[in-house]
Amino acid sequence: MSKVPVQLTLNGSDRSVFVDPGQNLLDVLRRSLGDLTPKYGCGQGTCGCCTVMIDGETRLSCLTLAESVDGCSVETVAGIGEGAQLHELQTAFMEHFAAQCGFCTTGMLMSAKHLLDNNPSPTRDDVVEAISGNICRCTGYEPIINAILDVAARRGSGRHTS
Amino acid sequence: MSINSLVCSSATEAARLLGSNPRARYFGGGTLVMRAINEGDQSFDTIIRINDPELTQMQIAGNRLVIGAGVTMSALLRHRDAGFLHAAARSVGGPAIRHMATVGGNLFAQSPYGDFATALLALDAEVIVADGSRMALVDFLARRNPSSGPTPVVTQVSVNRPASAGDFWFLKVSRVKPKGISVMSFAAHLPRAANQLQQVRVAVGAMAPTPVRMLSVEQALEGHALDAASIEAAARVALEGLTPPTDAIATSWYRSEVAPVHLKRLLTGAMR
Ligand SMILES: Cc1cc2nc3c(=O)[nH]c(=O)nc-3n(C[C@H](O)[C@H](O)[C@H](O)COP(=O)(O)OP(=O)(O)OC[C@H]3O[C@@H](n4cnc5c(N)ncnc54)[C@H](O)[C@@H]3O)c2cc1C
Ligand code: FES
Ligand code: FES
Repeated sequence: MSKVPVQLTLNGSDRSVFVDPGQNLLDVLRRSLGDLTPKYGCGQGTCGCCTVMIDGETRLSCLTLAESVDGCSVETVAGIGEGAQLHELQTAFMEHFAAQCGFCTTGMLMSAKHLLDNNPSPTRDDVVEAISGNICRCTGYEPIINAILDVAARRGSGRHTS
Repeated sequence: MSINSLVCSSATEAARLLGSNPRARYFGGGTLVMRAINEGDQSFDTIIRINDPELTQMQIAGNRLVIGAGVTMSALLRHRDAGFLHAAARSVGGPAIRHMATVGGNLFAQSPYGDFATALLALDAEVIVADGSRMALVDFLARRNPSSGPTPVVTQVSVNRPASAGDFWFLKVSRVKPKGISVMSFAAHLPRAANQLQQVRVAVGAMAPTPVRMLSVEQALEGHALDAASIEAAARVALEGLTPPTDAIATSWYRSEVAPVHLKRLLTGAMR
């Protein structure tokens, strides 16, 4: 089957890539575009490790048809900080020990970013709902929830972690 | 697996291509089709998408709401006119799944999925297909069977708009909170005239191969006030006509034991 050309914006940079018909976006990001931040956990939509944002909405890159993102803006954890400076959520995850093995972390961060982009003062229930598609087998979720709530609280009070 | 991927500008063209190729599969939001591709499913080798924006529209038509098959759960959640369906849409997967999962795809999702279709069923939904013909969702689901020839391309679903917010109730029962696959889901449309239930519709998901109407429950409630006695009568016949499956989520026995309890909870909530 002949390859399909796809042009997208990845973390603000214009990128062009040839993809196979039926290939998923996670595969393309990792193998062809060299962005290893979205992880392959299940390829089934159940773990959330591969969560990215497409045109501002979280999607599971393992279930996204790569050719369907032609002309779209794709954001991954690789692009949320400013150069070497970590994003506030990344710093809060470190402070709260919200990452242990770290495999779920990049997906969690994208879901958390999507939440705070759309709801600056979430309740605890809002946070639980926002990360409900992301499985973590290490932390028991509490440190992750606390880290996200901490960023929201700091932003609300004008204090920033980075 | 090597896949052939086609994009059509209209549902008619997609229907023609699907009709002429038994190894082609319609691709909606892709949450199930892409899963199948990732698993190496060999039952299809071609995917067909439609890029017609018409499929993502929603409009009110008198006492009905017409929803494009390509409307995603999260797009529906942004629509105030669809407020009565928000609980059902919110029950589907986590946020990222809802950004992808379409209304059309939910009509085909195998049990225990199909929570949204359960809600549509209780609202006397009609399915509109590519050639413009219409079919009651109840008949559509009864005939849904991959071995019965090519599946029609669904373009829209039309549902009754409940007269008041208190007339429509949805309950999803799952073991994992807040997101979990259905043990079962219920939807009840309970319009009342002079305090008596009229044209009651109650549907259940994950208790049969597809979401189904609970006809005995509807009969037990019809013409009565919604009170402890009618709810008890409804719960007594809750299992009639159902063949609860055993799957990774629950056994048939467990589903049978808890279904009357959850139905009672839903109806008792509607009583208040
Ligand atoms: C992690 C995860 C969690 C999920 N949780 C839930 C849940 O809680 N509740 C639930 O109900 N479902 C759930 N699902 C299943 C699925 O996401 C939904 O049922 C969704 O609505 C399917 O829509 P889709 O557009 O993604 O379907 P697709 O994957 O695009 O298609 C599914 C099937 O429907 C057919 N199809 C799709 N659209 C049309 C159309 N317009 N005309 C004709 N055929 C069509 C396709 O050919 C295919 O056979 C979950 C799935 C995953 C991966
Ligand atoms: S790898 Fe995509 S959800 Fe698990
Ligand atoms: S930190 Fe290990 S899975 Fe979440």
